[in-house]
Amino acid sequence: MAEKTAKYREPTGRALLKGLAFASPFIIGFLVLYAWPILASGYYSFTDFSLFKAPRWVGLANYERMLHDAKFWKSLYNTLFFTFVGVPVDIAISIAGAHILNQKLRGEPIWRALVYLPSIMPAVAAGFLWRWLLNAQYGFVNEILSWFHIPQPNWLLDAGWGGISVIVLMLWTVGGTMLIYLAALKNVPPELYEAAELDGAGPFRRFLHITWPMISPVTLFQVIVLLIAFLQVFTQPFVLSKDPGLGTQTATGPGDSMLSYSIYLFQNGFTFLKMGYASAMAWVLLLVTLAITLLILWSAKKWVFYDNR
Amino acid sequence: MTTVDVTQAVARVRVPVGGRFGWLMTVYRYALVVLLAAVFVFPFVVMLMTAFKASNEIFTAPPQLLPHTWTLEHFFAALVEIPFWRFLLNTIVISGLSVLGTVLVSPLIAYSLSKLRWRGRNLLFIMVLATMMLPPQVTLIPIYMMWNRVGLTGTILPLIVPAFLGTPFFIFLIRQFLLSVPDELIEAAKVDGASEFRIYWSVVLPIARPALITSAVFQFVWAWTDFLYPLIYLNDEDSYTLSVGLYSFLGQHGVQWGPLMAACVMFTLPALLIFLLFQRYFIGGIATGALK
Repeated sequence: MAEKTAKYREPTGRALLKGLAFASPFIIGFLVLYAWPILASGYYSFTDFSLFKAPRWVGLANYERMLHDAKFWKSLYNTLFFTFVGVPVDIAISIAGAHILNQKLRGEPIWRALVYLPSIMPAVAAGFLWRWLLNAQYGFVNEILSWFHIPQPNWLLDAGWGGISVIVLMLWTVGGTMLIYLAALKNVPPELYEAAELDGAGPFRRFLHITWPMISPVTLFQVIVLLIAFLQVFTQPFVLSKDPGLGTQTATGPGDSMLSYSIYLFQNGFTFLKMGYASAMAWVLLLVTLAITLLILWSAKKWVFYDNR
Repeated sequence: MTTVDVTQAVARVRVPVGGRFGWLMTVYRYALVVLLAAVFVFPFVVMLMTAFKASNEIFTAPPQLLPHTWTLEHFFAALVEIPFWRFLLNTIVISGLSVLGTVLVSPLIAYSLSKLRWRGRNLLFIMVLATMMLPPQVTLIPIYMMWNRVGLTGTILPLIVPAFLGTPFFIFLIRQFLLSVPDELIEAAKVDGASEFRIYWSVVLPIARPALITSAVFQFVWAWTDFLYPLIYLNDEDSYTLSVGLYSFLGQHGVQWGPLMAACVMFTLPALLIFLLFQRYFIGGIATGALK
């Protein structure tokens, strides 16, 4: 062991106590905020319980109930729709935007700050702002579309567009991913491009054969981070779908198009007081997240390139 | 040296390929970046302009960007119609205490995970990483039940105590930073006979300043903008944060876009100021990839 050569070696017992003492807040936090809740949530998922009644064991009833719950499937479908449309588009916009930012521009810190700005805006305020921008009659989005004679959807009130509105709002905060890609682009050795240029490779082939493989480890990591974020989306659809007439927390957009998985989970747990069912939903979300993540990690060996020089 | 400089200068002059039309490329590059920035910034401009417009100008089709008459009436209306100051104070208290918890506690754990050698350290680090990956929905209900059992739902404690137990993201961030600090600095203090906590407090923490500031500013913005947890735990209007307060007020008086946009401007401004002041720490945090 390396410790044997260290000059000021302490007895292992003392070192252990010290290490534990410094780490003790998180050890408590891990037990109270993670370990116990995970076990409890697993147990709750097999029970019928709410704030007002103690857990009663019901076996797999909550999981069986999901099979026949149309709203559950709708919320799962919506969330997968947000994710499988949102994540690729998010990655594509980020890579394109990072290229635009990576052109030896004057005032680069300013441009970087501007694209990141939406990411620090409170999601509730951003949701309100976009309700206004997407307003079919008075909003600027449709106004700009009309300049180009593009058909103008009724974003927030048409069941076919509600989900897309959620994705648009989420994509407004793409700046963080874009800045990560900008850092990745700066790390690609310029010699590679010079060599490719000598070989007569055009911009498209340079991207395909140099940039894309060189940034693929970043892509893998970002796909997973974004995937987790999109699968858990709550605030954006929750704010976009709030019905100003009713003012209740149970509005879910036209034709339930903005009912995300987390919103339905929240409604079950805190509005309908079906906490056992909500816990079962949380476990399904964990398993779905894990399954998709593992699938992507498994596929990674086919498309992620690790530079081992 | 001078000759090298000259050749480099010559090379630099010749860099804008495209010859006589090089300036056109420059225009193109800046046009692209302006267009890109506009997509992100334009919504902010709409928010500001709507907040400063007279009420009768807000609903026009097609929409007009600039106000004819500039007015502060919506800002005053927002302050009067919703308990804005109350919500603001609550948000400041919760964000401030969360930041305090984060800078006091997360570096302790990060130090233990990077500079102290003890059996079980790797296991603890794996635990930190695992908790970063866990969807919060899984722990949401049991943690709520726990706070409910001790009768503390409705207080701000459920929102701030987690920061005092160490936040996995910030533990990770500060640990990565401390790993790059040479051990010699710490060893030297040990030779002088300083206690472990003294070394931590007067040697390690000052060195870790950049990582602490990054953690603090991210924690501030997260707490400032958080919605789900305050929504669940705060059930009395007097304790609402701005997120929950503004959400619950939408629609109680119909949608009044002027005051609503004015309130959103005032809600966003503090986070914006922190971002502008500590910009390089944000960008540094993003570059580590752990935060977004």
